[in-house]
Amino acid sequence: MTADRPHRRLAWRRLLTALAVAAVPAMLTAPPATADTAPPGTDCTPDGVACVAVLVLDADNGRVPGAQATITDGADFSVEVTTSADAVTSVEVPTSGGYTVELDPASLPADAPLPEGAPTSIDVTAQTGSTARAAFRVGAGVQAPPATSAPPSGTTTPGTETGAGGEAGSGTTAGGEPGTDGGVVDAPPEGDASQRAFSLAQVWQQIGSGLRFGLLLALASIGLNLVFGTTGLSNFAHGEQVTLGAALAFISVHVWGLPLWLGILASLALCAATGFAQDAGIWRPLRRRGTPVMQLMIVTIGLSIALQFLIQMFIGGRSLRIVSSNPVPLRIAGITLSEASWVAMGIAVVCILGIAWWLTRTRIGRATRAVSDNPALAAATGIDPDKIVRIVWIMSTTFAALSGILVGISFGSFNWSLGMQLLLLMFAAVTLGGLGTAYGALVGSILIGLVVELSNLVIPSDLRYASALVILILVLLVRPQGLLGRRERIG
Amino acid sequence: MEEFLRILTQALAELVAPSTAAYALAAIGLNLHFGYTGLLNMGQAGFMLLGAYGFGIATIAGAPFLVALLVAIAAGTVFALLLGIPTLKLRGDYLAIVTISAAEIIRWLGRSTVFQEWTGGASGLLGNSFKHTFHELSFLPDGRTAVGPLEYINTGSDSWWTRLFAWGLVLLALLFVWLLTRSPWGRVLKGIREDEDAVRALGKNVFAYKLQALVIGGALGSLAGVLYVLPRAITPDSMGRTMTFFVWTVLLLGGAATLFGPVLGSMLFFSLYMLMRTGMRAGLGDVIGGTQVEQLGGMLVGVTLMLLVIFRPQGILGNKRELAFNVR
Amino acid sequence: MSADETTTVTGAPTPADGTPSGTTVQETPTTAAEAVEAAAAQAAPESAEAKQVARDLSFVEGRVGVPKPDAILTVDGVQRRFGGMTAVDVDHLEVQRGAITALIGPNGAGKTTLFNLLTGFDQPNQGQWQFDGRSIAGKSGAAVARAGMVRTFQLTKALNRLTVLQNMLLAQPKHPGERFWLSWLPFTWAAQERAATEKALEILARFKLDTKKDDFAGSLSGGQRKLLEMARALMTDPTMIMLDEPMAGVNPALVQSLLGHVQALRDEGMTVLFVEHDMHAVRHISDWVVVMAEGRVVAEGPPETVMQDQAVVDAYLGAHHDTDLGDDSLLDPAVLARLEAEDKGQTEREERKR
Repeated sequence: MTADRPHRRLAWRRLLTALAVAAVPAMLTAPPATADTAPPGTDCTPDGVACVAVLVLDADNGRVPGAQATITDGADFSVEVTTSADAVTSVEVPTSGGYTVELDPASLPADAPLPEGAPTSIDVTAQTGSTARAAFRVGAGVQAPPATSAPPSGTTTPGTETGAGGEAGSGTTAGGEPGTDGGVVDAPPEGDASQRAFSLAQVWQQIGSGLRFGLLLALASIGLNLVFGTTGLSNFAHGEQVTLGAALAFISVHVWGLPLWLGILASLALCAATGFAQDAGIWRPLRRRGTPVMQLMIVTIGLSIALQFLIQMFIGGRSLRIVSSNPVPLRIAGITLSEASWVAMGIAVVCILGIAWWLTRTRIGRATRAVSDNPALAAATGIDPDKIVRIVWIMSTTFAALSGILVGISFGSFNWSLGMQLLLLMFAAVTLGGLGTAYGALVGSILIGLVVELSNLVIPSDLRYASALVILILVLLVRPQGLLGRRERIG
Repeated sequence: MEEFLRILTQALAELVAPSTAAYALAAIGLNLHFGYTGLLNMGQAGFMLLGAYGFGIATIAGAPFLVALLVAIAAGTVFALLLGIPTLKLRGDYLAIVTISAAEIIRWLGRSTVFQEWTGGASGLLGNSFKHTFHELSFLPDGRTAVGPLEYINTGSDSWWTRLFAWGLVLLALLFVWLLTRSPWGRVLKGIREDEDAVRALGKNVFAYKLQALVIGGALGSLAGVLYVLPRAITPDSMGRTMTFFVWTVLLLGGAATLFGPVLGSMLFFSLYMLMRTGMRAGLGDVIGGTQVEQLGGMLVGVTLMLLVIFRPQGILGNKRELAFNVR
Repeated sequence: MSADETTTVTGAPTPADGTPSGTTVQETPTTAAEAVEAAAAQAAPESAEAKQVARDLSFVEGRVGVPKPDAILTVDGVQRRFGGMTAVDVDHLEVQRGAITALIGPNGAGKTTLFNLLTGFDQPNQGQWQFDGRSIAGKSGAAVARAGMVRTFQLTKALNRLTVLQNMLLAQPKHPGERFWLSWLPFTWAAQERAATEKALEILARFKLDTKKDDFAGSLSGGQRKLLEMARALMTDPTMIMLDEPMAGVNPALVQSLLGHVQALRDEGMTVLFVEHDMHAVRHISDWVVVMAEGRVVAEGPPETVMQDQAVVDAYLGAHHDTDLGDDSLLDPAVLARLEAEDKGQTEREERKR
């Protein structure tokens, strides 16, 4: 496989063939359109129960409009849909389970008939929180590679779009951002376990996605770790700070009508203010009272509950997109991600380098590390720990917000539970890297990002976060202080 | 006036509701963890969900009621051992992080398609599929009974039988915990809560005691999970982190390290929560929608938890001198 | 019998400390040093055990790693490194059974680390040690305690939200009621609990804590907590007690009684190893002194001679080696500061109670 590297096209062919061999033609399809891009009525985001999508594609992977299909569950549920050229046609189905998609061959255009012997109906299994796709291939030339080894129209399994496969597909078709549907919310259908055979190119692609996820996660977990380092507090409300960032960016762009860059800045400013207000209003007075850290941790849980419901009140339970235009795929070094993702990764790298510079080269940054190491000693040398902690809180909430915004943009959409999902991964990351160590959060986050995305290749995508947490528990067994943590007296 | 009475009745009904009993039992388990031993279990909902699954799946597989109950306890025990062995030798916050993660893993596994055959995936296991053995045990006659303003069928999902069984189990658990915590064994747990190094220096195997406490509290949590699903279906998403946080609120409201704290906390919490929501719906129904009322209610729970921990950490029943939190 | 016996304890008068022992007897002690002097002066007649130990040790040469006639604890090649720094590096050390051995040394000498290693609260990078003929290296803190070697902590670990009596009962070894399966059947352990309570009250009475048995341990003063910790250690029927700075932070008024209690432990046949900064206390009650500096044992010997050892003087004093080690001015300033803080804290606490 590695020999193919110079010829990217060939590599993609091989990849596609490999996938086709695994009987997943749906990889050639575009990801489902989300709320803002498709005409109402036919679109669906799987945050209800599940969606079934119907794809009718010609030999060039173009969507064939006007084809009619019926989706039934064998009992009372029956919906008729008509495909359109500019979006994937999908409908929301009431329960998870098996559905049959029956294509009406008569509705197909004359120049794109169903090939001889191809079935007119496909059985799919709709799975909660994801979109099951039924893809029909029509028209002349469908026998042409890469689909040769697969039946012209095949069955799809739920959430069939492998990360790499989907991305490969979106490279050739006009499609949405690869692997973005559903955001990081509840099992986005990015990977598939039924798809056991995977190629190096796929692994490479997943490493790319893993790095993206890891970098964005790092941005949030560094703040979590800084707060832990300076105050000893595990902040359970940190996840909500991430959601808050994304939600405020959404509100400033879509409700207040600000341009994107201004909306992001407004969100960051507001979140920085929440950090300041939290420390001034809650944490500093409690530190003054000498409240034990364990007690403070439960206060953060209360804060997390309150913020979560507050955010829900404003943005509701839907999946939201901060940027409503379709993402443009961009391939760098054999990895296809949306342009927005690349930009987000760039911003994350710049910010992380900035934090590293700040921690090592500036007076306040060095003071922060001193406070982390030994608050009493730091205080004795003339550093005001309260001031440092205030700065750390502001940084923590600001970078959490930035992480939320970037995740929201580069993963396509987000909803109110974004931070809840990320919080556990952040905890896993900082524990993995070493609680309270400055660079532990970065290393841990990247590892977690890679584990999450790579595990897509071997386990069902709805369990991909579980894999990260299992790794966390295993690491604790072997090296409780984390990868970069110092060994402290335990047991 | 009628509206007012209806709201009051609903709040009253919450006092004896099976889910109130379930939360009380879960909080009794958590009390053994946190109140007596000082363990930060942030995944009590995971124990509950496992218990519910263990009970439901065993019943569907044909196990009689008591066997299914034992399966639920065994599930909680194994989970506690799995979580405790790697983490109980580490600093306390590791247990918190691992338990909250593990509870989420259980939920994700439950709702994943991989185990759909047994767990029913995200839509869960329907009540009818696992409750018949429980209903067959009922010795109550058929029909309905009204006690004061509360009227339920005698045997069924939302029935007197469910309530009787649930609160009976809570009472048994109280007796059990009372015996445990006033024994020398309970004294060791309290010693560990105060300072585990000191207890270790006196020759006690601290790890073994912590593990025992985690297992027993976890098993109580699993039983609470069974109680929770007796009147409803087993749906993994209703037993997530919010549930764990509510159990904590219940415990801290009543008073950690007190015998009746969890029960009082649960009754008070749920009747007030109901009162608040129905009250707001009646009073503010025109101004804000029903979903917003739920969200406002949730927000108030969060704020209550914060205020409680800041201003009255010992809860309602706690002793000011014997604070629920370590003063170190 | 008093005067001449006392001098054997205080040792030969040292050059700078010309004060004859016994002059401070009638005064109320105001500093730890005076309290110790007073204690020494009032010390009960030497017990048979003390004399026996003194006799045994009088034949032992005062050099590092010297074998003892009846060693209860033997340490071999124990090393503990933190990163690049070697905190403890002890080649050979023996502790005489039934004696009070003091472990002294400047701050950072590795005394507490050695303590932690020996009692299973830290693991060494290498090394072996035997207690009572059995190797206890690598055993957990709990196992070491069960083997009969019980320790206390520098920062007292009274179990604050347990009563004084509960603190004591917790220490009772092999209590059947502490087994989970029996715990909820009170009749299976009620008899043992009663016996333990009796024993606890007896020990508490000895430490004058019996009137406080139902108070939360958190409400005791610093010195009382030290006493409670010692009493609690006694409750485990130890053969050897390891005291980590028993005098630190204790009100001078209590130092006297603490010293008496330590001596009483020896007189009951227990072996005592203690870390202490207070040189007066060390000189007055210990039978043998081990000096550590920079992780190593630099000297050992009887208190009266070891204090004049050049290595000790160097380790402790650097430039000021013409001054005597028993002199007040040489008391660790940190200890003094702590004493003062403790004093103040106690007064404040008492004021608040009123």
